[in-house]
Amino acid sequence: MIGAIMRRTLLAGAVAAFFAAPALADDPLKVGFIYVGPIGDHGWSYQHNEGRLAIEAALGDKVKTSYVENVAEGADAERVITQLANSGHGLIFTTSFGFMNPTLKVAKRFPKVHFEHATGYKRADNLSTYAARFYEGRHIAGLVAGHMTKSGTIGYIGSFPIPEVVRGINAFTLALRSVRPDATVKVVWVNTWYDPGKEGAAAEALIDQGADVILQHTDSPAAIQVAEKRGVWAVGQASDMTRFGPKAHLTAIVDIWDSYYVARAKAVADGSWTSEDTWGGLKDKMLAMAPYNPAIPADVVAQAKQAEADIIAGTLHPFTGPINDQSGKEVIPAGQVIDDGKLLSMDWYVEGVQGTLPK
Amino acid sequence: MSPDFIAAVLVAVTTAATPLLLAGLGELVTEKAGVLNLGVEGMMLVGAVGGFAAASATGSGLTGVGVAALLGMATAALFAFLTLTLLSNQVATGLALTIFGVGLSSLLGKPYIGMPLDRLPPLNIPGLSDLPLVGPVLFGHDALVYLSLAAVPAVAWFLMRTRPGLILRSVGESPEAAHALGHPVIAIRYAATLFGGAMSGLAGAYLSLAYTPMWAENMSAGRGWIALALVVFATWKPGRLLLGAYLFGLVLILQLHAQGLGLAVPSQWLSMLPYLATIAVLVLISRDATRIRLNAPASIGKVFHPDT
Repeated sequence: MIGAIMRRTLLAGAVAAFFAAPALADDPLKVGFIYVGPIGDHGWSYQHNEGRLAIEAALGDKVKTSYVENVAEGADAERVITQLANSGHGLIFTTSFGFMNPTLKVAKRFPKVHFEHATGYKRADNLSTYAARFYEGRHIAGLVAGHMTKSGTIGYIGSFPIPEVVRGINAFTLALRSVRPDATVKVVWVNTWYDPGKEGAAAEALIDQGADVILQHTDSPAAIQVAEKRGVWAVGQASDMTRFGPKAHLTAIVDIWDSYYVARAKAVADGSWTSEDTWGGLKDKMLAMAPYNPAIPADVVAQAKQAEADIIAGTLHPFTGPINDQSGKEVIPAGQVIDDGKLLSMDWYVEGVQGTLPK
Repeated sequence: MSPDFIAAVLVAVTTAATPLLLAGLGELVTEKAGVLNLGVEGMMLVGAVGGFAAASATGSGLTGVGVAALLGMATAALFAFLTLTLLSNQVATGLALTIFGVGLSSLLGKPYIGMPLDRLPPLNIPGLSDLPLVGPVLFGHDALVYLSLAAVPAVAWFLMRTRPGLILRSVGESPEAAHALGHPVIAIRYAATLFGGAMSGLAGAYLSLAYTPMWAENMSAGRGWIALALVVFATWKPGRLLLGAYLFGLVLILQLHAQGLGLAVPSQWLSMLPYLATIAVLVLISRDATRIRLNAPASIGKVFHPDT
């Protein structure tokens, strides 16, 4: 509802901006957000909005935040970002990969406004990028799943075959097979980020084919519900989904933007903001594991927590060789680590993933 | 392929097809009376959120189903008032109704986001539901599945074998003639539209109470549009609608299984398959233009006013 009101005030704001005097230094900093989905997706956009609320909580009346939800990626995004910039926002977060080019365009036209774009790679003097190393969480999930699976078959619901998702599948599979070398991962692509019915049907299909742990890289908790109903395990996505399947929910990889958003808002407020590229992980508290299911044996939880600690300490990297590709050929020799550049463009499956990667 | 596996697929197909069948049957009756309501998606969403809210407030799934049907009707009543009383354009109003339904359901649904709910219980028939294979496939479903299946012959019988059904069809074919014979054209169209709304509301309830028991914004994800397409696919025949809905469900579920089995077909193609199948059948049926003309309500989408 606020979103709808925002749109209207933004339109008015665009007109008003022509007459408005330059903002005074002691005015509150206006921070704007655009979300690709509804806040009510209970996943991706929901967690970004939690970050916005964290800014309000941390900076109180020194900031004013506003948001526009359900913004389509493309021309519409450019219009909305322009309106935010025009209406006196000093810091604007654009929270989806598809907002990359519009954000860059608008950033060039408004050099005094600070922009932050999530998960992209194009930067400018007033445009930072940020993302989280979700694959670190997938590694932990893989360790847990390796211990919990009986059938050795894991079902993985993919959204779109992009590097971000493929990286998650690979990180998960490597950790899974470090515990259970004969385990395999079946991937079903649903070609949507969000369709509860289809995600649920995919989970059903995977369970029917023998999977007893379900992973998902889509945004709704439907798969968790199906796992609960069918009596198998599942790992949540983006936020803690325990309440949708208290028995099934092993853990979840939770996105946390709060501390990053607060730090960036503070930086703009005190003038220390610079354009940066942030790819934070467990160490930077940009993601965290949801509480582990009490049904997981204590030694497995201990191993998972140890892995978390090792990743944070920098002594463990989920993509450490030897790593084989699907054909069994060694592509990364023992001891070597896949660098960030190759991780960001990953388009191949590791050994243990079934099926071919759609290109 | 084990029998258990086939049984599991059949159960999944049934659940995927049920919301399409419910909404499609309602729209079929609405269209047979000459009213084209493109707002199915919106009515489904309003039904879904209303059903969820009522079920979580009262703890009774069946109350939720009832409220969903009533809210679907209320939304359809708005459409009927605009198009039948105020004579607005049906296509434009239907599209507006969908947009309105998406927005309204999001607004009403805010407090219910992330709230879990017990699944609509299956109708356990002692003895029958416990049979191996046949039990889960035939007797393991919830009330809405059986309602949707029972509604197919009921609607077919009503439309083709009863006097009120004949009058309803005549209103859809030639409202002027029906009016001249003294039939209350507008009232009949209201009734048909409200029935369509109630069925869409039930389809929504099936989504939020049985298929994936939760409320999530825009959770129908285009199923209302598929139901609309299925009505044309079925050439306005309830039996064919049943076939179409289950065929669509079957292709949808099989493409997921094909991926899980590692079939080397790009997933984008498999995702398209249910829609391609619908279009293919549509093209095959449309080749016979006379048949389409015979079945399509002649006055569909046209505004009727008794005084003109």
